Amino acid sequence: MRRIVRFWIEDRRPTGLAPGKIALGLWMTAVLLAAFLLDARRLGTLGQGARIIFFHIPVAWVTVLAFILSSIHSILYLAKRSRTNDRRAVSAAGLGVVFCLLATLSGSIFARITWGAFWNWDPRETTIFFLLLFYAAYFALRVAVADEEARATLSAAYNVLGLVVVPFLVFVAPRLSALAGLHPEPILNVQGRLDMDPAALGVFLAALVGFTGLFFWAYDLNNRAMDVEERLFEQEVEHGG
Amino acid sequence: MRTVRLWCAAAWAICAKDLRTEFRTRYALSAIGLFAVTTLTVISFSLGPLGLERDLLGALLWVVLFFSAMAGLSRTFVHEEEAHTAPALRLAASPGAVYMGKFLFNLLLLLALEAVVLPLFVVLMGLEVGHPGAFFLALALGDLGLSGVTTVVAAMVAQAGARSALFTVLSFPLLLPLLVSSIEGTRLALEGKDIGTVWPSLQVLLAYAVAMITAALLLFPLIWASPTRSR
Amino acid sequence: MDRLELQGLSKRYGRLRVFQGLTAEVRSGQVLVVAGPNGSGKSTLLRIIAGLTHPTAGQVCLFRDGRLLSPEERRRQTGLVAVDVALYGELTAWENLSFFARVRGLGLSPEEGEALLAGVGLAGRGDDLVQNYSSGMRQRLKYACALLHRPGLLLLDEPGANLDEAGRAIVEAIIARQRQNGLVVLATNDPREVAFGDVVLHLGARP
Repeated sequence: MRRIVRFWIEDRRPTGLAPGKIALGLWMTAVLLAAFLLDARRLGTLGQGARIIFFHIPVAWVTVLAFILSSIHSILYLAKRSRTNDRRAVSAAGLGVVFCLLATLSGSIFARITWGAFWNWDPRETTIFFLLLFYAAYFALRVAVADEEARATLSAAYNVLGLVVVPFLVFVAPRLSALAGLHPEPILNVQGRLDMDPAALGVFLAALVGFTGLFFWAYDLNNRAMDVEERLFEQEVEHGG
Repeated sequence: MRTVRLWCAAAWAICAKDLRTEFRTRYALSAIGLFAVTTLTVISFSLGPLGLERDLLGALLWVVLFFSAMAGLSRTFVHEEEAHTAPALRLAASPGAVYMGKFLFNLLLLLALEAVVLPLFVVLMGLEVGHPGAFFLALALGDLGLSGVTTVVAAMVAQAGARSALFTVLSFPLLLPLLVSSIEGTRLALEGKDIGTVWPSLQVLLAYAVAMITAALLLFPLIWASPTRSR
Repeated sequence: MDRLELQGLSKRYGRLRVFQGLTAEVRSGQVLVVAGPNGSGKSTLLRIIAGLTHPTAGQVCLFRDGRLLSPEERRRQTGLVAVDVALYGELTAWENLSFFARVRGLGLSPEEGEALLAGVGLAGRGDDLVQNYSSGMRQRLKYACALLHRPGLLLLDEPGANLDEAGRAIVEAIIARQRQNGLVVLATNDPREVAFGDVVLHLGARP
C-alpha cells in the first residue's frame, strides 16, 4: 500500500489538471440541475419522460467514442507491439462497457416510456446491443488467454475485426426491425435538432460535453492506475529474479 | 506468379490433409451432422404440423446452419493445437496458406452440411424454393462469409481455454450482419422474388465476405504466430 | 548457412524469468549445445530460435552468404525435431512426408520418400499410420520430416529421446552430415550429446 502511495506522489503530472476536475464537477452538477429543473414544456410532446435525452444520447455517444478509441489503440498495438497501447485499448473498452450498459438501460427506459415496450429491435437499439455483445466477447477472450503477449495480440485482432464489421452492422440494422424505426424523429434527426427548444438544446449540448469530459477523466485515471501497476510489476520482476 | 501458385498449392495441400484426416476420423462431420439432424428433428415434430411460412423457414435454416457451424468449425485449428501438430505446421507453411487451406476446408464442411440439411428441410419441413438460382447464390455467398469469419476466430480460440463456448461468444457478434442479410436474402428467394429484389442482400453478403476475408488474411499472420506455451 | 547469432535473448512468462541476456555465436560447421537441467528453458530457447516464440528481449540473427535472413526466410531454412512437436497421427508416414514437402513447395517422388525413410531406418514402413508407430519410430520419422527440405539450420530438442542405440547412431550421422554445410543447435542434458558441441551454452536452474 505504501509503495502504491509513493508511486502516486512520484507520478509527476501537471497539477493544472486539478482545477480541470473541479470545473468538470461543477459543470456536471449544473447539467444535472438544468436537466431536471428545465421546464418540461420545452421538451416537446414527450413531456417529463424526454428528460432522459440529456443522459441517454450523450452516454450512447461516449460508448461509440470509447469503442473508436479502443480500436485505434488495438491497431497501434498490432503495429508497434507496445504494451501501453494494449493497456489503453483495455481501458477504453472497459469504460465503453460501462457506458454501453448505461446507454442500453436508459434507451430501454426511454423506449418503454414513449412506445410502451422495453425492446423493439429498432436500428439504434440493435447497434447498441451489438456493441454490448462485442465488448462482452472481447473480455471473454482476454480472460481465456493466459499468455500476456498472446492475450494482447488476439484481443487486438478481435477488436480490429469488430471495427470492420461495424459498417456492415450499421447498414444492415434497419433491416432487422420488423417495424419502422421507432426513434422519435422530431427531436433526434438532424433537422429535428434545430427543432429542439433553444434552452433544451443548450442543456443537451452541455450534457454532451460534460459526459465526454467525464469519460476522459475516468479514462485518464484508469490509464494512470494501470501504468502504475505495470511499473510495480516490472520492478518486482527485476528484483525478484 | 510462381509464388502465388506455390501458395495456392500449399493451401490446397493443407485443405487436402484436413479432408483426409476428416475422412478417417469423421470428428467434425459427426459433430456438425448430428447436431443439425437432431435440431431439425426437434424443430420438425414441434413445429412441422403448423405449416410454417417461408419467412420462418429461411430463418430456421440459418439458425440450424449457424449453430451447426459453431459445433464443428473450430475443430480444424483446435485439433492442431491439442495434437501438438501446430508448431510443425507453423514452421513448414506460410500463414496465408494456412488460413486459405483451413478456410477452404471449413467451406467444404459447410457445403457438406447443407447437402444433408437441405433435403431434410424439404422432407421434414415442406420447404419449397421459389427461386432456386437466387436461393443457392444467397447460400453460397453466406457460406463464404461464414467460413471466412469462423476460420479466423477458430485460430484465436485454439490458443485459449474454454474453447467451444468461447468460439460461439466470439463468432456471433461478428456474424450478426451476415445472418441478417442471409436470412433476408434466403427468405426473398424462397418466396420466389426475382434476382433484382434479392440482389441488395446478395450485395451485402458479397461485400461482407470480401471485407472479412481480406481483414482475416491481414490479421491471420499475427494471430497464428501468437506464442503459446508448449506446456 | 554462415552463422547464427543470439543477441541478448531474454524470456519471461509473467513473473517467471526463464533466462536473460543470452548471447552466443555459432558458425557453419559448428554445433551449439544448449545444456541445463529440466525447466531451465532449453526448449524455450530452441523455439525462439525457430521463430515459434517471441523473446521478451533480444534477437536471433541468421546469416547466409553474409546477408541477414528475414524471419520468413529463416522459417524456410529451419528444421526442428522436438519431443513435444508431433506429426499427424491419422496420416501414414508417407502422407506426412508428402504433406510437409508440398506445403514447403517441394516435390517428393515415392522413391525420394522411400529413400528418406530408409535413411532413418524406417524402410518399408511408409504406409503405416503414424498413430500406430512406436515412440522410437515416431522420433525417427520426425527426423525425416525435418530434413526433407535440406534445412540450413537444424534444431534438435533432446535428439536421442525415445531412440535405441541404432537410432542414436543415425542421429549422430545426421548431425555429422548437417555440420558440413549447415548449423546444428542441440538442447539436451545427456552428457553424450553435450560432447558433440563446439559451443556450449549452460542454462541455470530456475531460482
